[in-house]
Amino acid sequence: MLDWLAQLGRHGLGFFERLGRGHLLLLALLRGLPGLLLRPRLVVQQIYAIGVLSLLIIVVSGTFVGMVLGLQLYNTLVDFGAEASLGPVVALTLVRELGPVVTALLFAGRAGSALTAEIGLMKATEQLSGMEMMAVDPVKRVLAPRFLGGIIAMPLLAAIFSLVGVYGGYFVGVGLLGVDEGSYWSQMQSMVDFDDDVMNGVIKSLVFGVVVTWIAVFEGNDAVPTSEGVSRATTRTVVHSSLAVLGLDFVLTALMFGVD
Amino acid sequence: MAEDLNSPLVEIRGLRFARGKRVIFDGVDLDIRRGKITAIMGPSGTGKTTLLKLIGGQLRPSAGSVTVDGLNVHTLRHGALYELRKRMGMLFQSGALLTDLNVYENVAFPLREHTDLPESMLRDLVLMKLEAVGLRGARGLMANELSGGMARRVALARAIALDPMMIMYDEPFTGQDPISMGVLVKLIRSLNDALGLTSVIVSHDVQETAAISDYIYLLSDGRVVAHGSPEELNRSSSDWAQQFMQGLPDGPVPFHYRAAPYADDLMTGREGRV
Ligand SMILES: Nc1ncnc2c1ncn2[C@@H]1O[C@H](COP(=O)(O)OP(=O)(O)OP(=O)(O)O)[C@@H](O)[C@H]1O
Ligand SMILES: [Mg+2]
Repeated sequence: MLDWLAQLGRHGLGFFERLGRGHLLLLALLRGLPGLLLRPRLVVQQIYAIGVLSLLIIVVSGTFVGMVLGLQLYNTLVDFGAEASLGPVVALTLVRELGPVVTALLFAGRAGSALTAEIGLMKATEQLSGMEMMAVDPVKRVLAPRFLGGIIAMPLLAAIFSLVGVYGGYFVGVGLLGVDEGSYWSQMQSMVDFDDDVMNGVIKSLVFGVVVTWIAVFEGNDAVPTSEGVSRATTRTVVHSSLAVLGLDFVLTALMFGVD
Repeated sequence: MAEDLNSPLVEIRGLRFARGKRVIFDGVDLDIRRGKITAIMGPSGTGKTTLLKLIGGQLRPSAGSVTVDGLNVHTLRHGALYELRKRMGMLFQSGALLTDLNVYENVAFPLREHTDLPESMLRDLVLMKLEAVGLRGARGLMANELSGGMARRVALARAIALDPMMIMYDEPFTGQDPISMGVLVKLIRSLNDALGLTSVIVSHDVQETAAISDYIYLLSDGRVVAHGSPEELNRSSSDWAQQFMQGLPDGPVPFHYRAAPYADDLMTGREGRV
């Protein structure tokens, strides 16, 4: 029993210690951001590695999610004779919810895990130590550009996801099920509000981008420098950032659209 | 504080350091003289690499001080520590090359980070350093296409790229064939003399190291067990020095990591424990 309590205490302490280290790293990352203004190339490289290389999975998933939405929502709406509203319903679902959330989950799996593994391996092979001894701060040179790259890439990917999804819904709704093309687009235009819907979606995806990339960079930097340590850190990145995204999504949704 | 030229470049006083419960250093005093080659030797696992990391400010001692060129490494602020590190080169035991860059870019890396040299001058510098380690022809290879010995030579070229005042070599000779070993030994000596560097060599190759070093420290079990010039150590009556310099298996330096008596260990194995 006492053993069990001690164990619990150790886990608790370990958790708060990591939380503290995570926040210290966040501060250091933020302090590293201004220096990147002088070296935009470092960030562009990361946007490419993180963002452009995630494009394929985002586009494919977006298309299918949009198509499924078109099909499912059509079947519900048609019962009420409201299939003309398919456009705005698909668009709102994507822009407010599925775009940011599904993109963030895919982003955690595709880019977050890669970031953690890359940084963890650099640590395990002493590349980060080596940089320190060359008087190059790895936080500024390696971690901060990746952090910023992720933060920039994520909202763009979410926007692309939503855009492709809207076309996926269009393909199924208008192309296959015969919804009127004019109403699909025009109702969407009149019912989707820029500030309330689009901007809130952008804010969500930005927040998810910060959180997922922060977790990925932290886990890599904090990994035990062995192959097993890196593999555990990679798993933790995917699990923790997915949970964080889903939890934060509820909080943000409640703040934006909820209780009023 | 301007340092006069006769004071040691690195002064270590009363250094204590522990990893968990295991005490690695227990009161080490050590001086590294300017312009000289100082060798640090000792059995595997005594903490030679750890000592270099303490000097470089990557690890923190639990007591004692490390002073480099008059600056206490462990009380420096972040910026000042990085300024100091620009003047220290370190050759890692593993090489620690950046795997996403090729040989040329690896050597160019510190120059690109710390200077604004025009590309043509940078190229000349990089090729000069690579020529010195005999790998000018390998400049297009990626880090993972090098053998262990080649990687360490590239790392050496990188460590001297910024013309530091001091270089710490962690096992520079491991994995070198007799020819490149000979070249490296000469290179280290000539870098030291021509550029007025201060060098610290950690190595197990007693003969080669003794041949070029001016002063030797023998570490064992967390303490300095003997020190002196190579001749002094060779003549020394200290068991430590004799055992290490001659490479004798028996003597005060244990070959084994600290453990329970062998027979006891074998007996407990019967009960199915590790
Ligand atoms: N990250 C670490 N965590 C815990 N203990 C460590 C760590 N790194 C090294 N040690 C321990 O510190 C001791 C000294 O290690 P160090 O690498 O400095 O030895 P060394 O003298 O360089 O050995 P070698 O000659 O084999 O390179 C070793 O006994 C090792 O068990
Ligand atoms: Mg070592």
